[in-house]
Amino acid sequence: MRANAIAIGFTLNGKPADVHADPARRLSDVLRDDLGLTGTKIGCNAGDCGACTILLDGEQVCACLTPTGRVAGRTITTVEGLAHNGTLSNLQSAFLRHGAAQCGICTPGMLMAASDLLSRAPSPTEAQVQDALGGVLCRCTGYRKIIDAVMDARPHPSAIPPAAGEAVGHRLTRVDGRARVDGSEIFGADALPDTPFLSLHVIRSPHAHARFTLGDFEPVLAATPGLTRVLTASDIPGQNRYGIYPEGKDQMVLAEGYVRHKGDPILALVGDEDALLAVDRKALPIDWEVLPTVDFATATGQDAIHEHAPNNILCRGRLACGDVDAGLAQATAHASITVRTGFVEHAYIEPEAGFARRVGDRIEITACTQTPYMDRDELALIMGLPKTSVRVIPTAVGGGFGGKLDLFVQPLLCISAWLTNRPIRMVVTRAESMLATTKRHPSHITAEAAADAQGHLTAFRFHGDFDTGAYASWGPTVANRVPVHASGPYRVPNALCTTAAIHTNGPPSGAFRGFGVPQAAIAGEALMDALAAQLGLDPWEFRRRNALGVGDATTSGQILGAGASLPECLDAIKPRYDELRAEAEAFNAAQSGPHRRGVGIACMWYGIGNTSMSNPSQMAIGVRPDGQFVLLSGAVDIGQGSNTVMSQIAADAVGIPVEHLAMTTGDTDLTPDAGKTSASRQTLVSGNAAHLAGTALRAEILRRVNTIELQDGKLALDLSSLPIDADGFVLRGDGTYDPPTTPLDADGQGVPYVSYAFAAQCALVEVDTSLGTVKALRIIAAHDVGRAVNPDLVEGQIHGGIAQGLGLALMEEYLPGRTDNLHDYLIPTIGDIPPIETILIEHADPNGPYGAKGVGEPALVATAPAILGAIEHAIGARITHIPATPDRVLAALSQ
Amino acid sequence: MDSYLRPADLATALHALGAARFRVVAGATDYYPQIASARTDERMLDITALPDLRGIERHPTGWRIGCLATWSDVVASPLPPAFDGLKQAARQVGGRQIQNAGTLAGNICNASPAADGVPCLLALDASVELASARGRRILKLADFIQGPRRTALRPDEMLLALHIPEHGGVSRFEKLGARAYLVISIAMVAVWAKLEAGRIAEARIAVGACGPVATRLPELEASLIGQEPTHATIEPHHLTPLRPIDDVRAPATYRRHAAEELIRRTITSLTTSSELAA
Repeated sequence: MRANAIAIGFTLNGKPADVHADPARRLSDVLRDDLGLTGTKIGCNAGDCGACTILLDGEQVCACLTPTGRVAGRTITTVEGLAHNGTLSNLQSAFLRHGAAQCGICTPGMLMAASDLLSRAPSPTEAQVQDALGGVLCRCTGYRKIIDAVMDARPHPSAIPPAAGEAVGHRLTRVDGRARVDGSEIFGADALPDTPFLSLHVIRSPHAHARFTLGDFEPVLAATPGLTRVLTASDIPGQNRYGIYPEGKDQMVLAEGYVRHKGDPILALVGDEDALLAVDRKALPIDWEVLPTVDFATATGQDAIHEHAPNNILCRGRLACGDVDAGLAQATAHASITVRTGFVEHAYIEPEAGFARRVGDRIEITACTQTPYMDRDELALIMGLPKTSVRVIPTAVGGGFGGKLDLFVQPLLCISAWLTNRPIRMVVTRAESMLATTKRHPSHITAEAAADAQGHLTAFRFHGDFDTGAYASWGPTVANRVPVHASGPYRVPNALCTTAAIHTNGPPSGAFRGFGVPQAAIAGEALMDALAAQLGLDPWEFRRRNALGVGDATTSGQILGAGASLPECLDAIKPRYDELRAEAEAFNAAQSGPHRRGVGIACMWYGIGNTSMSNPSQMAIGVRPDGQFVLLSGAVDIGQGSNTVMSQIAADAVGIPVEHLAMTTGDTDLTPDAGKTSASRQTLVSGNAAHLAGTALRAEILRRVNTIELQDGKLALDLSSLPIDADGFVLRGDGTYDPPTTPLDADGQGVPYVSYAFAAQCALVEVDTSLGTVKALRIIAAHDVGRAVNPDLVEGQIHGGIAQGLGLALMEEYLPGRTDNLHDYLIPTIGDIPPIETILIEHADPNGPYGAKGVGEPALVATAPAILGAIEHAIGARITHIPATPDRVLAALSQ
Repeated sequence: MDSYLRPADLATALHALGAARFRVVAGATDYYPQIASARTDERMLDITALPDLRGIERHPTGWRIGCLATWSDVVASPLPPAFDGLKQAARQVGGRQIQNAGTLAGNICNASPAADGVPCLLALDASVELASARGRRILKLADFIQGPRRTALRPDEMLLALHIPEHGGVSRFEKLGARAYLVISIAMVAVWAKLEAGRIAEARIAVGACGPVATRLPELEASLIGQEPTHATIEPHHLTPLRPIDDVRAPATYRRHAAEELIRRTITSLTTSSELAA
């Protein structure tokens, strides 16, 4: 029983606004749905994330917590009100200039909070910025560039764009940046069908493991005007099975009488949004038979939740080289460790959203995704349609990190749109997103390592059990990637590294920035510290003696080629590492209170692209009849900046100024298949494809003229006689690249990746030894990136990866059913990320475009072990149950 | 009957409360998260248009904080050192967005075991003024909050103001969480004390997030008299009123330990200047 709508007038972005609305409705909904101002984002509807921050009479408030009725007569400013007459404000320009907006979903909230601050303190201190922006969460940037931008919100001469052939290496402002700072970018929940639509709500299992039977829904339908349809498993037109790998598809669009985790979908309700909200969930005719829960600790001894996975073991991974027992036996120093980590939630600020519509005998899905082509192929199977009948149109992605690689809203949207012949929209709530989407795999790792008296590693043995939850998702990827990486970026003559992906009744564990390598590094790097200590060597020195470099063999038998630059990374951080160690020791010597400081170091390596599997990318660049250059890029930019990187590479390859290269992105009808945005592969794999396409187009043009000349940014050439192809091009270049790898044999030997990225990071932390709290004070990060196509973007990735690594180390643990919100599930805030010093090592990788390789996942891997090493340096105890929450640190101290 | 009312005078508001069941909403920062995205049939009485209830005013016997005073209002008000702890708490509630909208009175009425305002106001010996069409009554805060999410508020009443007696003295607040901002406490401590010649002459100590409701520690308060804040002795039996639980934020044993350490630090900090002192 809601109030009738009333007229509410206020001043909005300097102009009078009138709405006719229920005064109890959230202002965020009225701004977005009634006034069409979708720049104000909704991340949680609970005041936990700040994405909806607006100014009410000049003060920042959450629009999601503001009843519309109380803004009558008042003044509201949203992100759309910051620019004047099309000119960005100084603050917006500073965000672009500093790379403070990555995916852009938190950017409006950040801008509004900062606007409030700057109106009171035009030249704020860092502490003032942190206090003012402390209520807005960002999952991409690591906050440091946001702080820089707010402190530099003043007029600045506009940047000179790079000349032809000089885009690569340039700190080019993100080509799609403007829409991310002016509120016009369209994310999943901002995209609307152009005709009236219905909503979709999913009814999910409240039980982790259960059987169910469905009753008759006719009475519910009859009693609920506006409820159009109730979908069950029998409504799936094609196959009710999907999953990442071609074999072993195990996930159901709607469960068939049996659920394997809290959040498994069992029903879909289609109808008017208000009608769906009114459906009494508890009154739905569903009978449950609750089954005992299979948990990680005991899963292998319990009845299998999938027939194809006896003992609940989905798959195993293995790598062996040399003779590990002999290597362990001959050693001077020997260390072992057991590490436990939990579920980690991606916590992108944009919950999943999108809409589908039927267009004749085709289905179109517009939604946020990291992988439009895989979505298309999978949806074709579910819909029982040919691939050509499915069109996937990605929206901007408000953070992905691997979490938007799996289908989520897409299947039911497509099915319901198909069956009802109406556009159907779904916007997932924060709670549903956290309950039902994939997580980082919890791990239980046992490992040991040994070294000789000279400080050289002689052996490394590792076994990691990974909780892949209810469904396979990317579990096999984790099981295969981890053994290759487990021994770390070191020369190890004898290794045995094994993994198992284990099913439980937890949420499905999938892809999350690093695919298990971050968990493995927590164990491996702890062993390096322990061996160094036994041998009386500094942790840096021990790593330097063992660091993989050019010409070294990996544990999979691959000889590293030019560009492998871990020794250089270590050398680069050495001066700062030494200074910070000395600083920490001086601090501790002078302390009488409970605070102790420590410095930890960690190295990492990361293979770019899929493990020993084809993962091709295609790019095309063409010239339209009017001379306009256009890049067709199917690489989805999830905030990391691939649109910009592809533009820079492609423009240089063609030999034109990047500002004159237009772009069509990620629409399966319009762009060639660039594969998925994962495995840190876009810069190297799609970058190579873009480079090949650009080179081909250049050759095509130069067959006709001696030089490429532009007039008003367009090709100065008479193109009128040339035929126009299906993409609208008269001239074109196509490029395809698939990284050359070989299959791994039973011992994991082979060439799993074309290239590896390396990094060394060190962390300075302060531990409160009376409370167990840990504060990171500084991070130094040296990353081997081959070539930084865009140093600003590379730094942005490193900052953001460090922030997620810090979260993994210190605060993040998802507990199913207990932390399904952003106040119980903690991610780092603007006050948690210390200053970060980034050092880019640019030794060109011959396999990368202009020498470049990936950095997305490499950014994260080393941070948690560096922080955990720093804690050990400070207090003399290693935290092995992650995250190192205050109670765990205190318990370690008291042992 | 409208399901949303935003009356412009108190009599109308109280009449509405007497006539039908309403949820009284001020900052709405707890209201919306509780209804999440679900539809609600609850009627909302939005009290933000009521006049003269936002002030923080001095009266002959003490201070009156109107029910519409926000956390930001508390910070911005010139208040004596006894309120320093409350100001410290105000700056740590949610983000600035929450501080600008959320009210101290709402925090009390929401009665979360982790309510930041409650330990501070217990340490300040606060009372609440409740109003209905039938009249007004005043309750000690400790009597008002009866349990987690449970108060003595009757269906036809609203909390009109907080009253804080004029005792002088100084207060401090410490809150422990696992991140820098947007912290929901693992434990928190508020201490009010009167110092004479460097020694504690009178003290009130309250601990939050360590039991179903925030709790005073009378034995400790008594034992502190005559001690120097920097060398205060805390005995295990002083903490017996605490009833910490295991939850997603911390285990009970850690909470008890942390509470003791926070108490020690908060008492010690009585002698150092507060950056938030007016």
